[in-house]
Amino acid sequence: MKLSELAVGASAVIRELPKSGTAFVRLREMGMLAGTRVSLVRVAPLGDPIEVKLRGYHLSLRKSEAEHVLVDPVT
Amino acid sequence: MALPSHISGVHPTSSSRTPVYALVGNPNCGKSTLFNALTGLKQKVGNYPGVTVEKKVGTAYSQHGQPITVIDLPGAYSLAARSPDEAVTRDVLLGRRADTPQPDRILCIVDATNLERNLYLVHQVLDLGRPVILVVNMMDVAAQAGLDVRIDRLEHELGIPVIACEAVNGRGVIDLKLAMSRADLPLSRHAWDVPPPIAPAVAELQASLSASDGKPPLIARAEALLLLTDQDSVRVAGSTPLSRRTAEILRNWQQRWEAEGTDWASSLVNSRYDAIGSIAQAAVTQAGSAGPTLSDRIDRYATHPVWGWLLLGLMMTALFLSIFTLAEHPMNFIDESVAALADAVKAAMPAGDLRDLVTDGAIAGVGGVIIFLPQILILFFFIGLLESTGYMARAAFIMDRLMSRVGLNGKSFIPLLSSYACAIPGIMATRTIEDQKDRLVTILVAPLMSCSARLPVYLLMIAALVPGEQVPLLTKVGIMLLMYALGTFGAFGFAWLFKRTLLKGEPPLMIMELPPYRLPGMKDVLLHMLERGWLFLRRAGTVILGISVVLWFLAAYPKAPDDATPTQQLAQSFAGRAGHTLEPAIKPLGFDWQIGIGLITSFAAREVFVSTMGVVFNAEAEDEDTTPLRQALLAARWPDGRPLFTPLVCFTLMIFYVFAMQCVSTVAVVRRETNSWKWPLFQIGYLTGTAWILSFIVYQGGRALGF
Repeated sequence: MKLSELAVGASAVIRELPKSGTAFVRLREMGMLAGTRVSLVRVAPLGDPIEVKLRGYHLSLRKSEAEHVLVDPVT
Repeated sequence: MALPSHISGVHPTSSSRTPVYALVGNPNCGKSTLFNALTGLKQKVGNYPGVTVEKKVGTAYSQHGQPITVIDLPGAYSLAARSPDEAVTRDVLLGRRADTPQPDRILCIVDATNLERNLYLVHQVLDLGRPVILVVNMMDVAAQAGLDVRIDRLEHELGIPVIACEAVNGRGVIDLKLAMSRADLPLSRHAWDVPPPIAPAVAELQASLSASDGKPPLIARAEALLLLTDQDSVRVAGSTPLSRRTAEILRNWQQRWEAEGTDWASSLVNSRYDAIGSIAQAAVTQAGSAGPTLSDRIDRYATHPVWGWLLLGLMMTALFLSIFTLAEHPMNFIDESVAALADAVKAAMPAGDLRDLVTDGAIAGVGGVIIFLPQILILFFFIGLLESTGYMARAAFIMDRLMSRVGLNGKSFIPLLSSYACAIPGIMATRTIEDQKDRLVTILVAPLMSCSARLPVYLLMIAALVPGEQVPLLTKVGIMLLMYALGTFGAFGFAWLFKRTLLKGEPPLMIMELPPYRLPGMKDVLLHMLERGWLFLRRAGTVILGISVVLWFLAAYPKAPDDATPTQQLAQSFAGRAGHTLEPAIKPLGFDWQIGIGLITSFAAREVFVSTMGVVFNAEAEDEDTTPLRQALLAARWPDGRPLFTPLVCFTLMIFYVFAMQCVSTVAVVRRETNSWKWPLFQIGYLTGTAWILSFIVYQGGRALGF
């Protein structure tokens, strides 16, 4: 599923990020790699952007980026 | 038992040259606090030539009193730069900047609570082959979160001195100074494997960088690695470009990898994180799982769909209330002091042109600008407070959706909001916006937010507009709100337009860290406020002084006969003649040459319009009381006897002031922040043009409707 579809409070493991695009190189550099565990902390009051937690810190990104990130939900 | 390597064998450096340290780290890891703790007030703040990135250099003293130079580089997540700030950090570390020598040694600061992501930058820095000291900050916060960070293990894994630190209360700073004053520092023995598919490219780029670009071998390797993730996409003035040969090699490899489907950038990032992962695994143990942190609990309210907006509104109300109430007394004080100074000079100097130049030109002109300094400082203080507590990122998070409608991101929100008080701190606060085009768009539209200097103009015009001595409160508030709304819609409209035409770019990203809430370091916030205020005075000072003198000259020359009144003097001055020259252009707006004089002189600052009208119509307004001036305005006539200040003309003038760029300080700041005259001139053009067109529509439309 897509990272943007993750429910609030749910956790997932990143499966795949797009190869190109500055946004995704930067997301990788910020530690979002295939195999990284993330959880969706909250969605901004107006529905975008989203806040995720990974590697012990919180990161916001827009849904337009999050929908290109594929994840495997962890139950 | 042997002492840790950074304590044993301490020999103060004996070389006569002061060692230069660069301080690098991620944003929000306590870097500025450490810099302040190391250098105290011994710092110099300036700019990197050609870029609007702050350059901070300070002097620390070793335990033996030896001076050590420390350059505080802008916060960066990676050397693969995505913003001008990060580009400067990259360029200084790689020795690409002619204005800043490559630092001898590097001080890396990391946040203990977030070691993995922080170590990414450290990992890139270690490639540079310079001695590195690692400072692990916020050890106390990490301990509270149940994280055990083993300093000795980190030292063992990396082979460099590692210092545990709590910069907020100064713990660890002495150890750090001891390590910094060591004559010899070990180079890192940390080794990692460049992924095999890209290793040949790294080797080839490295060879070309040392042969064609004259880079030393280790720097060449570091730069080669960087080029594969960076692609040199963010360039700033003052850094040397790549040689043609190196650029060609890079392009060839990229084409080849694209054809093969090799994911070069991410395989590099992956292997760095693999190496970091094993370091972190050896050094960090999580003792039990901590529950929701305080930040989590605060954010439940701060970003809540109801409470979040309420809190944001409350914060902003507090901000504006404090600007208007707290600034009042210092503003009066400055006003009185400037007047007293002018009087003292008048008494001390013989009457004449030189005296008038000093008192009416220089002192009055500069006084008109520094009167806004209290407001500007309070704004800087608030912006600093919002940044250091972590709330700034939440405001951006909440507002991003709205700002994205016009193609900006949430980070433009605080700069634009600050511009309601004064565009200068707003424009200077745009430095937190990474994307250069977004930053420029924000700067271009910031003066549209109705600032406090427009208030005297609005109030005078409302008084002249409404019949009767007293303006009903509701009418006053209603008209004011209309003006604020017009400016705000204008700002968003133009932002939308510019993002689609002139400054078209990729949709801005909103990849932003939401740092944990922290208690603000008051010392750091105050220091930041003073630095910013000083920077404004120093940078804008000369332009403001120059234009003030020119405007004074225009109003004072040519001299009228000695018995002329100030009104007659102004009428026949260059400014008065310019008013006449301007009249054909502003007559379609309902303005005559006398209003034209006000438009010219108020280019210094909008509120000057009020005092100019006082001189033009020979009715000095006494401080707050606009009654005599209001009556003089209402008595003013066109040569054919029609009243000049009809309600429609007053309203049109207000519209004009909503849009026109009537502020020399803003022009000076935009010139400094964009590093060219092109943008401030464009800004004057488009804003004043819009002001004219809208005033024309309102006036002619109003006339057609019978007003």
